Amino acid sequence: MRDKVVGQLITLYAVPVTEPQDIAAGVRRRVLAHVLANNGGYLSQACSAAELLAVLYGRVLNLSSTDGPLHPSPFEAVPSSDTPRISGGVFHGEPGPDLDRFIISPAHYALVVYAALIEAGRLDEAALDQFNKDGSTVEMIGAEHSPGFETTTGSLAQALSTAGGIALGRRLKNETGRTFVFMSDGEFQEGQTWEAVQALAYYRLDSVRVVVDVNRAQCDGPMDSVMSIEPLATKLKAFGASVDSIDGHNITTLAHSLERPTGKPHFVLAYTDPTRGVPLLNERRPVLHYLRFTSDEERSRYQVFYEELLTEGAQR
Amino acid sequence: MTSMRDVPIVTRPHVENFIRWSADKPEVVVLSADLTNSCEVGKWRDTYPERFFSMGMAEQNMLGFAGGLAREGFEPWLHTFAVFLYRRPLDQLQMSIAYPNLKVRLVGFLPGITTPGGVTHQAIDDVAVMRAIPNMTILETGDATEVESVLDVAHAIDGPVYIRMLRGEVPRLFPENEPFVLDRARVLTLAGDTIDSPTDVLVLTSGILTEEALRAVPALQEAGVAVTHLHISTLKPFTDPMVARALAATTGAVITMENHTITGGLGSAVAETMAETGATAPLHRIGLKDTYAHGASQAHLLREYDLDAFSLIRTTEVALDRSLGIDAADLAPVRIAATHSAAKVEAL
Repeated sequence: MRDKVVGQLITLYAVPVTEPQDIAAGVRRRVLAHVLANNGGYLSQACSAAELLAVLYGRVLNLSSTDGPLHPSPFEAVPSSDTPRISGGVFHGEPGPDLDRFIISPAHYALVVYAALIEAGRLDEAALDQFNKDGSTVEMIGAEHSPGFETTTGSLAQALSTAGGIALGRRLKNETGRTFVFMSDGEFQEGQTWEAVQALAYYRLDSVRVVVDVNRAQCDGPMDSVMSIEPLATKLKAFGASVDSIDGHNITTLAHSLERPTGKPHFVLAYTDPTRGVPLLNERRPVLHYLRFTSDEERSRYQVFYEELLTEGAQR
Repeated sequence: MTSMRDVPIVTRPHVENFIRWSADKPEVVVLSADLTNSCEVGKWRDTYPERFFSMGMAEQNMLGFAGGLAREGFEPWLHTFAVFLYRRPLDQLQMSIAYPNLKVRLVGFLPGITTPGGVTHQAIDDVAVMRAIPNMTILETGDATEVESVLDVAHAIDGPVYIRMLRGEVPRLFPENEPFVLDRARVLTLAGDTIDSPTDVLVLTSGILTEEALRAVPALQEAGVAVTHLHISTLKPFTDPMVARALAATTGAVITMENHTITGGLGSAVAETMAETGATAPLHRIGLKDTYAHGASQAHLLREYDLDAFSLIRTTEVALDRSLGIDAADLAPVRIAATHSAAKVEAL
């Protein structure tokens, strides 16, 4: 089963595609394939965030090239004075003063990030074979040696503060590149997030551009049944940020909002549907955080759906 | 060996020293959480306003910003009270700074019972918590010379450093030309000719309790006790071979004195070394005995919790199981810093 899926993907994606809509479609297909092959995974995050990551990697982010897909290095050691840090940021290319940085906060989106990097031509698609395997850096919860990650963010809501420090440091060095941050909406339940927003506004760090996947779903279920964060835009504006609330599946709107200079730390609240593109997931509501098939029958319906997606992809 | 009768007092040694030291280090930035003057960096802020960042009372975020600045090649020196560096933001300290082994310097003021601020302001478990954090280096200052020279030691370390810092009126116990050296104990008293000479009692002290021990050691010597006294200023790493040699040479008792709970700090580090090296003398730990303290003057708390010079006498008597005929009047006089001193900007 697994080999069959991978074989089909290799056939389809021998040449990387970079148009955002193709990246987004590819993200959903790859994550669904992975979930089918492993009887589980973070599928709803792919459905909600596919366009966000596609727009960033495919259009907005000004990153240097990796000169083709990179192979993830095996795990060697945790950072110490004897073993230097290995940064997943290498998949974003060599940093430069005028280039953008991209800090990913919700480490639980790792599979989705890996899929997006593959679609963007920055990560070897064989990397997913190492996903959650012992001795691999392609971890289930992204670590800072995992492709695309450059900070330790599995304890949520810490990346925004670190990104603020990075942006402040870049300003001190007169660098002109922007610092983008990808966040999940649940992180706005943590107090640290608001400490960070207040500091970003106080220091007028308008080079920080945050895109939030507002999918209104978290581990225990719908956010409103866990702890409401709304009115999020009003709160952020009151803290001194600029805010756009938009349809997180609209590529044109996303790109425009992410690029729009505002003179303030900027938050793009991308309202998304965690079942988008995989309508079968609606049967799973209200709990969408992690998909594990409950029966062979359920799994086979996802398999049929996946094969339909492949056919559509081949016809594009 | 310093006589406690003529210890010079240095007022706010960190203030000018840190300004001078930073002058040729543009990568050094300071982050503060609304305790700028209380941590003696108000003048630093006014001298280098472009590299001073007020982060407000928001320590979790401050530690994250520090991690980001360190990733960009800066060397953040965080100045706040010790309790606010490791209690509230422990997860941020571990994930945003310690795991990636970033060069962030955490300058923690008010170690242990040096403040009348009570339980909320007294860092009595910081060494224990910090010792459990991989990649962390822990330094503790015991006098003005160490307050001044700890900067170079921390600066040279590739990774995060936590400093137990003193402020206000600080005694100069050690010569200015004998700076702080990483992971090297200071020999203050030797029982014999060398560190390996047989010793009745080995006293290992850190921080402000070294001053207390210095008041008591002459009385112990006069009572005929062969004492070796080492001052410990690096709590992690704790691998100085001289400490292991002194432990091996001790026959009567090993006594540790720390301005900290006896769980997880200097006493525990010594116990680990003794167990690992097979040292056999009984260990007596002077420190807070698994208790919080409360708001009162340093002198009062030292007496109340048996952390003072006379406690070293009593502990030695218990350890050697004999009376030494010493009473409090035989000890060098107590140096009492005023609770409301002009050397401090606030009463804490």
